[in-house]
Amino acid sequence: MLDCGLDMTSTLNFLPLPLVQSPRLSNLPGWSLKDGNAFLDKELKECSGHVFVDSVPEFCLPETELIDLSTVDVILISNYHCMMALPYITEHTGFTGTVYATEPTVQIGRLLMEELVNFIERVPKAQSASLWKNKDIQRLLPSPLKDAVEVSTWRRCYTMQEVNSALSKIQLVGYSQKIELFGAVQVTPLSSGYALGSSNWIIQSHYEKVSYVSGSSLLTTHPQPMDQASLKNSDVLILTGLTQIPTANPDGMVGEFCSNLALTVRNGGNVLVPCYPSGVIYDLLECLYQYIDSAGLSNIPFYFISPVANSSLEFSQIFAEWLCHNKQTKVYLPEPPFPHAELIQTNKLKHYPSLHGDFSSDFRQPCVVFTGHPSLRFGDVVHFMELWGKSSLNTVIFTEPDFSYLEALAPYQPLAMKCIYCPIDTRLNFIQVSKLLKEVQPLHVVCPEQYTQPPPAQSHRMDLMIDCQPPAMSYRRAEVLALPFKRRYEKIEIMPELADALVPMEIKPGISLATVSAVLHTKDNKHILQPPPRPTQPTGGKKRKRASDDIPDCKVLKPLLSGSIPVEQFVQTLEKHGFSDIKVEDTAKGHIVLLQEAETLIQIEEDSTHIICDNDEMLRVRLRDLVLKFLQKF
Amino acid sequence: MDPECSQLLPALCAVLADPRQPVADDTCLEKLLDWFKTITKAGSSLLLLQENPCLVELLCHVLKPQDLSSRVLSFSLRLAGVFAAQEDCFQYLQGELLPRLFGEPGPLGGAAWTAPSVRSGWIQGLRSLAQHPSALHFLADCGAVDTIFSLQGDSSLFVASAAGQLLVHILGLSMQGLAEGHPSLQAGDWPVCAQKIVGHIEESLHSTAVPQITQALNVLTTTFGHCHDPWTQVLWVRLSPLVGSLLEKDPVPAAHSLVDLLLSVARSPGLSSSSCGLWETLAQTLNHLSPTQAGPLALGILKLQDCPQVLRAQAFVILLQPLACVLKATGQDPGPSDVLDSATGDSLTVDALLSSKAACVGLLCRTLAHLELLQPLPQRPCPWPQEPLLGAAVTLLQLCRGSASPASDVGRHLCALLLGCVRVQRAALDFLGTLSQETGPQELVTEVFAVLLEYLRSPDSSPTVLKKAFQATFRWLLSSPKTPGCCDLEPHALLVLRELLPVLQKRLCSPCWEVRDSGLEFLTQMTRHWGGQAGFRHALLASEVPKLTEQLLRDPESYVRASAVTVMGQLSSQGLHVTPVSPEHPGGQQKSLLVELLHILSTDSEGFPRRAVMQVFTQWLRDHHADVAGDTEQFMARVLQVASQDLDWEVRAQGLELALVFLEQTLGQFHSHCPYAVTPPVAAPAGPLAQALQPLCRVRLFEFAFRALFDCDRPVAQKSCDLLLFLRAKTASSSGSLQESRSGPDVASVEAALQRWQAGDQGQPLGDLEPEVVLAVLRSVDLEGLRGALAEGSDHMEKSPQSLLQDMLATVGVLGENEADCY
Repeated sequence: MLDCGLDMTSTLNFLPLPLVQSPRLSNLPGWSLKDGNAFLDKELKECSGHVFVDSVPEFCLPETELIDLSTVDVILISNYHCMMALPYITEHTGFTGTVYATEPTVQIGRLLMEELVNFIERVPKAQSASLWKNKDIQRLLPSPLKDAVEVSTWRRCYTMQEVNSALSKIQLVGYSQKIELFGAVQVTPLSSGYALGSSNWIIQSHYEKVSYVSGSSLLTTHPQPMDQASLKNSDVLILTGLTQIPTANPDGMVGEFCSNLALTVRNGGNVLVPCYPSGVIYDLLECLYQYIDSAGLSNIPFYFISPVANSSLEFSQIFAEWLCHNKQTKVYLPEPPFPHAELIQTNKLKHYPSLHGDFSSDFRQPCVVFTGHPSLRFGDVVHFMELWGKSSLNTVIFTEPDFSYLEALAPYQPLAMKCIYCPIDTRLNFIQVSKLLKEVQPLHVVCPEQYTQPPPAQSHRMDLMIDCQPPAMSYRRAEVLALPFKRRYEKIEIMPELADALVPMEIKPGISLATVSAVLHTKDNKHILQPPPRPTQPTGGKKRKRASDDIPDCKVLKPLLSGSIPVEQFVQTLEKHGFSDIKVEDTAKGHIVLLQEAETLIQIEEDSTHIICDNDEMLRVRLRDLVLKFLQKF
Repeated sequence: MDPECSQLLPALCAVLADPRQPVADDTCLEKLLDWFKTITKAGSSLLLLQENPCLVELLCHVLKPQDLSSRVLSFSLRLAGVFAAQEDCFQYLQGELLPRLFGEPGPLGGAAWTAPSVRSGWIQGLRSLAQHPSALHFLADCGAVDTIFSLQGDSSLFVASAAGQLLVHILGLSMQGLAEGHPSLQAGDWPVCAQKIVGHIEESLHSTAVPQITQALNVLTTTFGHCHDPWTQVLWVRLSPLVGSLLEKDPVPAAHSLVDLLLSVARSPGLSSSSCGLWETLAQTLNHLSPTQAGPLALGILKLQDCPQVLRAQAFVILLQPLACVLKATGQDPGPSDVLDSATGDSLTVDALLSSKAACVGLLCRTLAHLELLQPLPQRPCPWPQEPLLGAAVTLLQLCRGSASPASDVGRHLCALLLGCVRVQRAALDFLGTLSQETGPQELVTEVFAVLLEYLRSPDSSPTVLKKAFQATFRWLLSSPKTPGCCDLEPHALLVLRELLPVLQKRLCSPCWEVRDSGLEFLTQMTRHWGGQAGFRHALLASEVPKLTEQLLRDPESYVRASAVTVMGQLSSQGLHVTPVSPEHPGGQQKSLLVELLHILSTDSEGFPRRAVMQVFTQWLRDHHADVAGDTEQFMARVLQVASQDLDWEVRAQGLELALVFLEQTLGQFHSHCPYAVTPPVAAPAGPLAQALQPLCRVRLFEFAFRALFDCDRPVAQKSCDLLLFLRAKTASSSGSLQESRSGPDVASVEAALQRWQAGDQGQPLGDLEPEVVLAVLRSVDLEGLRGALAEGSDHMEKSPQSLLQDMLATVGVLGENEADCY
């Protein structure tokens, strides 16, 4: 199984979970059907024309209907965003296999899960809504609830215990490490340049190579650069995880982010940045580190609030080997790779596990707050939205591309604060993909259907689709696709003692042949030629006879023949040996030599020679010996 | 030649002729040659050679087989040419020396010929020499013309180009005597040398090798560009069929040179274009060249003063074709203009546009640049298709942003090629700005503003694109129709402004300093034009722009600080600067702008902001700005004190400008130096002169000016000299009213201090000066003499030929005892 992501957009259908009682949210009117029937008003609430489920948020799991997940042997994880559904798979499907991921992926993935669990668990909600999921009821609901798919499979968030159990099933791997899977294939993670520890995977046998390219980036940000060279010579390249906002250039967006942040703060407003606790935030803090002094914002406090803020900031500094070259070299100076350490030292950046405690006493405005969750449905961000939403001086700047900012803001309407959408998605865009494909030249590309056509809203943008030759094979949800290659060869090893015994004969310059008699030993998809068992030492006449009976194949070894028969010379030889009335006919595959007098026919083809004569064994043997004269034996 | 130089010359010639003495500096030889050119221009070369036999010896010496440096050899060839330009001197040298220098026995066949500088010297020598009929015979005799032919293809571009020009010169020279008497000269009767050159050109035009054709076309281009005698028309009549035959080849060889030639012929006043079939050739060429090659020709034709209307129309169609294709590809009607309509169908242009990104971008940028050049010309085509051109510029900008949605395949392809292309964006924005000279229908103008706002808003716009978008926006705001009798922005432009200001706010906070700077420049332009208008003032004051601008006074980038100083000065002059409330101290007022600018002037580590502050202060003083008018003397004293200590000479020079304005205002009735300055409503001083000079003394203007008089930077000293001379002239007429104290001790001590200053010791201040002392010192100092000395170049002492010869000798150690003035 390639990756194990969790679709969190389902949470947008739910009401936010406030940290403290929110009179506004608790006083929202219940929703009733057009005919006035209000039986759903406890479950569904209405806010500014949108309907939300008033319940603990639920998540959409990976597809479980198509295959039995208990039969999955291995899960390969590309990056920490692509493992958020792992506890659902490892703990509830009978999965007994192994999960492979790099260390930063696991550590930061754990932080993301921990934050998620913490956000949900710290505001327990007694109410659980399930009535609306009834299919007959669901179709009566307004959009987008009406159109939500597979709502019956939506699940509440997992627990920390499940997280720990799931993570214990992960086997840590390093870049370029070769991992044998049952002897059948070898998998290797490669740096993908997108996030700390993010990987692309190569799955290869001796003769076939499949590359799985997930979230990758060619931009110079904090992680190790993408390893493109190892992707070359792939039979198939499975391509996914491209940028979600292909029209937004990350550089421009960072500039936009800084400008809007400065503009708000200079006017005395606060800035709220809903974000994940790891990833783009490191780059944003680095940009701000360079920008705040030049923009005269040195005295503006930056707050990073997350249950895992401290761990995230510290983890990023210790994964030196997974960082880009510049940051790696800093470690030897010695300096912390990321400048946020200096921001913390100089008190410009302060981090807190939550709103409660120290933050309340340190808090001063105007300020900039980085906090989760980007969906605006849970986490400390909900509190700040409620607190700052009423003033037009404040600004919320969306940088994470995973959620539609308009949908995220829907339960907070009407909203006075300014909203800026600066999605920063460093993953590959279509121009970069074209260059990558030209560089690595896979025989076939397989990708989601969406990548093979321009976005519906911009159908003229032919540049917003994958352009490669041959055209990419596309797949849709729940579609089964046969990868376009056949396994034709297997590699067989020869034991050294057996190899020693071989006597190769050169039949063409550079090509030698040798006959081999051996036992083929196959185990764990590995094939080894071993010397045949030696006949047991003869201890008596009877036994010797019996032993030779046991292995009759070893006794009579017919020679192997090679070479071709030159027809003209063969005819001359026949004539020399007294055959007359010889006629030669050319056929599609070779020649037929007719000995009319002897009523015999010799069929000479590239890989076979047949002597057809009527019950004259003597003649056949004579002719056979003449044929053999032209061939080599060994 | 003066005797000193004559004495030094033999030694120098000996040094030059000695291969063991390397001449390190090429520029010395160039200066030496220039000097000889000056001498020969003024007098007889023959006499010069006779008086200085060492020169001929040098020329003879370089011919000896030895390891002489190529630069000396090249110099000698050029020198010989300079001398031989005069016919009597030519005769004097011709016997043996010239054939050996320029003929087969000379460097021509030797190893030295491999050096491009020698080949170049040989050509330049001949170019100088070829001034008289005797020279033509010499050239013919020594076979130089054939060598020049071969040098046209020289590996050195300088040599090749000089060879071409020499051919043109020789052709002109050989035709000179004959042409005057025979305006209807037939080619067959031409002098032998000219026949040979023309024959060579004809042969080259027949050639299949493109470089040879290019050489021939270049020679012809130069000929028609420089010679306008009647024979050039005969030459064109003879060669035009050959030139025309080039058009029959596919692709047309040396198209670029061909275009240059045809335009050169068309511009030549010596040719009657209509009688020699030039218009037909031009029309034919327009049809045969590829769209990329035809553009420059079309532009050249449209720039011609007298050209048939049909040809102009054809050229304009060719020029417009790429834009017409863009309009068609995006499904737009090219409009009612016939010109653009007829330009749409060319499949060659479409192919050229779509062949590759580089070709598409190149063709569009060139087209836009050509049209931009054409637009302001009086001879531009009429009617000018303003509307479709506006549409095309807007469409191009939309294509580059991906915001256009073309329906056709060509349009989609174009969109993919142009997406994010900064070059086309820049060219289209420039062109759009140029089109603001005329307006268009309101809906199109709305579209123009919409696309400009789109660019100004877009996070993906590069800093240079943004700058151009700001410039174009300003030009369009300027051009928007005005309400009669009112200078304010019209309602639509005001609406645009209201959308623009939030964008400007954001841009002023950009992390990229170039963007912040462009934003401030834009604001400066807008404030300069509409700062006094109610609509603009209201919109600006309602925005955060003034506040943000003030914060940029503390920007880390000096250019931005300088621009912010300029804007703030202007905003303050216009009453648009509102003192903001500090976020740290709500309720407390921040320090005034004057204090802030003074702080920048005295502490800023970079020159640009300090210069800007001085300019703002000067303007404020001229305008009687309230902050200055309150206590002008204190202001002046403070500013002059800070400026006098500034390390940047431009700040000190600007300080003198400020001092001049103060002086004018104080003394009154002085003619303002600046034609744009508002004449201050100050009456002439009523009291005696001493009283009038008192304020100047109090602000220590004289100490500042006297100190500047001996400034180590010449412009400052010159400006100060002018100011003091100006003051002296002004006070001279009214000196009767003042008791001079010429012999008083104060005057003596001031003069002594000035002498120390002049000697470089500027430590001691002058102290408080009395007007009488000032006037006395003004008269005693030789200001005119000082002005004369300052007007001389700083190297006037070292510029003399004698100094040059001494330097050259000193560098090789011949004048060991001379302490050379190395510079």
